[in-house]
Amino acid sequence: MFGFVIRRILSTIPVMGMVALLVFLMLRLTPGDPAAILAGDNGTPQQIEEIREALGLNEPIHKQFLIYIYDIVRGDLGESYFFKKQVTELIAQRVGATTSLAVITLIITIVVAIPLGVIAAYRRGSWVDQVVMGFSVLGFSVPVFVLGYLLIYIFSIELRWFPVQGYKPLSAGLWAHLHRLILPGITLSVIYIALIARMTRASVLDVLGEDYVRTAYAKGLKNSVVLMRHALRNAAVPIVTVIGIGIALLIGGVVVTETVFNIPGLGRLTVDAVLGRDYPTIQALILVFAFVYVLVNMLIDLTYTFLDPRIRY
Amino acid sequence: MVGGTAKRPPRPTGEAVLEIDGLSVALPKGADREHAVDNISVSVAPKEIVCLVGESGSGKSVTAFSVMGLLPKGQLAPVAGRIMLQGEDLLQASEARLRDLRCTRMSMIFQEPMTALNPVMSCGNQIDEVLRTHTTMSQAERQTRILDILEQVHLPEPPRMAASYPHQLSGGQRQRIMIAMALVLDPVLLIADEPTTALDVTTQAQILRLIRELQERHDAGVLFITHDFGVVAEVADKVAVMQWGRIVEFGDVHQVLTDPREPYTRMLVSSVPSMKPKLRGAREPAAYILQTKALSKTYVDRGFLRKSTVVEAAKDVDLQVSRGETVGIVGESGSGKTTVARCIVRLIDPTSGDIMIDHYNIATAKRGELHDLRRRVQIVFQDPYRSLNPRRTVGASIIEGPMNYGQRRADAESRARELMDLVHLDPSSLDRYPHQFSGGQRQRICIARALAMGPDLLIADEAVSALDVSVQAQVLRLLDDIRNEFNLAVLFITHDLRVAAQICDRVLVMHKGEVVEQGTAHQVFSNPRHAYSRALLDAAPGKDWEFGELLNAER
Repeated sequence: MFGFVIRRILSTIPVMGMVALLVFLMLRLTPGDPAAILAGDNGTPQQIEEIREALGLNEPIHKQFLIYIYDIVRGDLGESYFFKKQVTELIAQRVGATTSLAVITLIITIVVAIPLGVIAAYRRGSWVDQVVMGFSVLGFSVPVFVLGYLLIYIFSIELRWFPVQGYKPLSAGLWAHLHRLILPGITLSVIYIALIARMTRASVLDVLGEDYVRTAYAKGLKNSVVLMRHALRNAAVPIVTVIGIGIALLIGGVVVTETVFNIPGLGRLTVDAVLGRDYPTIQALILVFAFVYVLVNMLIDLTYTFLDPRIRY
Repeated sequence: MVGGTAKRPPRPTGEAVLEIDGLSVALPKGADREHAVDNISVSVAPKEIVCLVGESGSGKSVTAFSVMGLLPKGQLAPVAGRIMLQGEDLLQASEARLRDLRCTRMSMIFQEPMTALNPVMSCGNQIDEVLRTHTTMSQAERQTRILDILEQVHLPEPPRMAASYPHQLSGGQRQRIMIAMALVLDPVLLIADEPTTALDVTTQAQILRLIRELQERHDAGVLFITHDFGVVAEVADKVAVMQWGRIVEFGDVHQVLTDPREPYTRMLVSSVPSMKPKLRGAREPAAYILQTKALSKTYVDRGFLRKSTVVEAAKDVDLQVSRGETVGIVGESGSGKTTVARCIVRLIDPTSGDIMIDHYNIATAKRGELHDLRRRVQIVFQDPYRSLNPRRTVGASIIEGPMNYGQRRADAESRARELMDLVHLDPSSLDRYPHQFSGGQRQRICIARALAMGPDLLIADEAVSALDVSVQAQVLRLLDDIRNEFNLAVLFITHDLRVAAQICDRVLVMHKGEVVEQGTAHQVFSNPRHAYSRALLDAAPGKDWEFGELLNAER
């Protein structure tokens, strides 16, 4: 088991290396002079020369890559031309908000979607099942921004339960922090609830037809025990897989949600960086997102081995 | 709830533990008959093994599930009769009462030990769950009890077994775990639904012995469901024969097997292939169609940053089949018999060795060459339900091969009609789909499909193993007729010794990838030289009974 964890961690190194190479080439292979691109439309020849010098663009390309990797390993992701700050600092400021939003979204999703899916599977064909499946079609089809504004209108403007927009860091108090993240969390989680409830239902339905579920009934166990102890755990692998994919997709989701709710997170930073053609920041964000994705995948793989003793790498 | 010591109430001696009286179970509307089980009555006394025997769809399993109260809800429902367990009518019992009775007074073991245990729970935990649900025993008491029952089912190292997961155990060991789980609370009734059907013959013999032993020690009555008369002969005290949901005959095992009163029972018993090889007469030596030399297949599992594992699925296999001859490969699961077959048709590539068809070497043939050789070797698989494309008509499946080799559609179609006639099916049913045929009919279609290619060598890979005995006998006869008519070479792969005895001229016994013995069927069956062959023959259920012959002699 321990050996597997080590091997799995080691195997992420080549993946991250590939990502770093692609990010590196993204700028180098862009037609034209990268220094001119970085300097922007109003860059003077002198600025361009300075940038070229700073990036070491006069060096041979393999040496440039080594310097680039060396800088990343040192934690130096360069300086943002748009924000005029170290990119690492910029990301450090924003990462908290996005992480909180993602965690809250995940919690809401799991707490709502899995019980719904299990109940729908157990009572397949009944009205409960039809309501859950109907909701899930709806959840898929409503765009995040429409839902976001709808929720703001109902819960913030009409009912005044939540603030309209904005963000308070955890240091401002747990409630103040959570209070502003609940609506964005719900907004973001709806589509995942729809997805994961469906997946759970399908997966549990499959498992309910298995022989060991029949064995569990033959042992005189109650329905609830059969469902939770025998069916759900066996159904878990595909569900966890989808949750993992969901986390990856979440990265796209936060961009819109953070904009709608005016939360200063990585999603907003991405939008700003792209609009400002802030290449160092974009490069760094791609690296960070790729890293998160690789990490999540690794955690999912590790989870499999806990869920199912047959899975050993 | 049973108390901590889990003593069951004293049982009235001599009275039946289970009495099924006039039970009928309704099928949903639109089924092929009204009742899955129709007015049946059976009783099981303590220490008695009653076999329910019949072909697929006869209602055996439905009967068993009715007793346990585990019929699929909304599909099957008991509509008449009583099921008395020690005087208590189970059909009247509440859901909660049934739950209390399960595993405490009635237990069930199932056909597939591979899938009947929860793969993500340790075996010990699965047994423990029974104790936790039904008793108030402490953790320590439960632990002792689990180790004790694992000892009773003769599993080695009970603590290690309790800690292992189902996938780490063999099929036989898993079935022992199932039996341990079923008997841990001393039920008065054990229902065994085809408990050895999925097991190898040597394992089967051990499990049957175990069930007999434990049933005596625990004074349990056993309702034993099987389709296999060999098993019936081995374990039964009484036999109930089922057909189309009815019990056509119920009596003492000796009477039913030797002197069946009903024509249906008589037909079933006489369909059981004999263990004595048919004397087929010496064959004139003919040139080999197929010859393998030192055929080997090795699987190497290489992993990223870890040790690789090597499995020798087949090792130095030498075999020859000549025109007009049926050669059998017998062996248990994992012996490599299917690997050999797949190498010969080049579905997989052999690691080393030669496979000669005439003087062409299939083992090393290149793509173009292989294309020509493929039509000379055809294969019929085990599962007729899955080896035909469900979305194509059987006609389309039959003519596809010949047309690939350039035959004109009209010719291929007229040949397909001839072949349907040959396998005793109506040629006008060529435009039907596979689901419209029964299992035996589908297997005939598979044979017709193989013959359409005009092969020299036909490989039958467990081709009759999924069929009921009466159908099996017909398909075996068909295969033999075809061999005769086309002077085909047939390689017949089976785990069933009775089948091998009936159809093979020569037999190879495989064990762990190697051929341990080969000779004429008569030699191998009457005078096996290798210890493994002897063990295999010895384990065959009901080997001392001569089902078919006995009845045939009477006529």
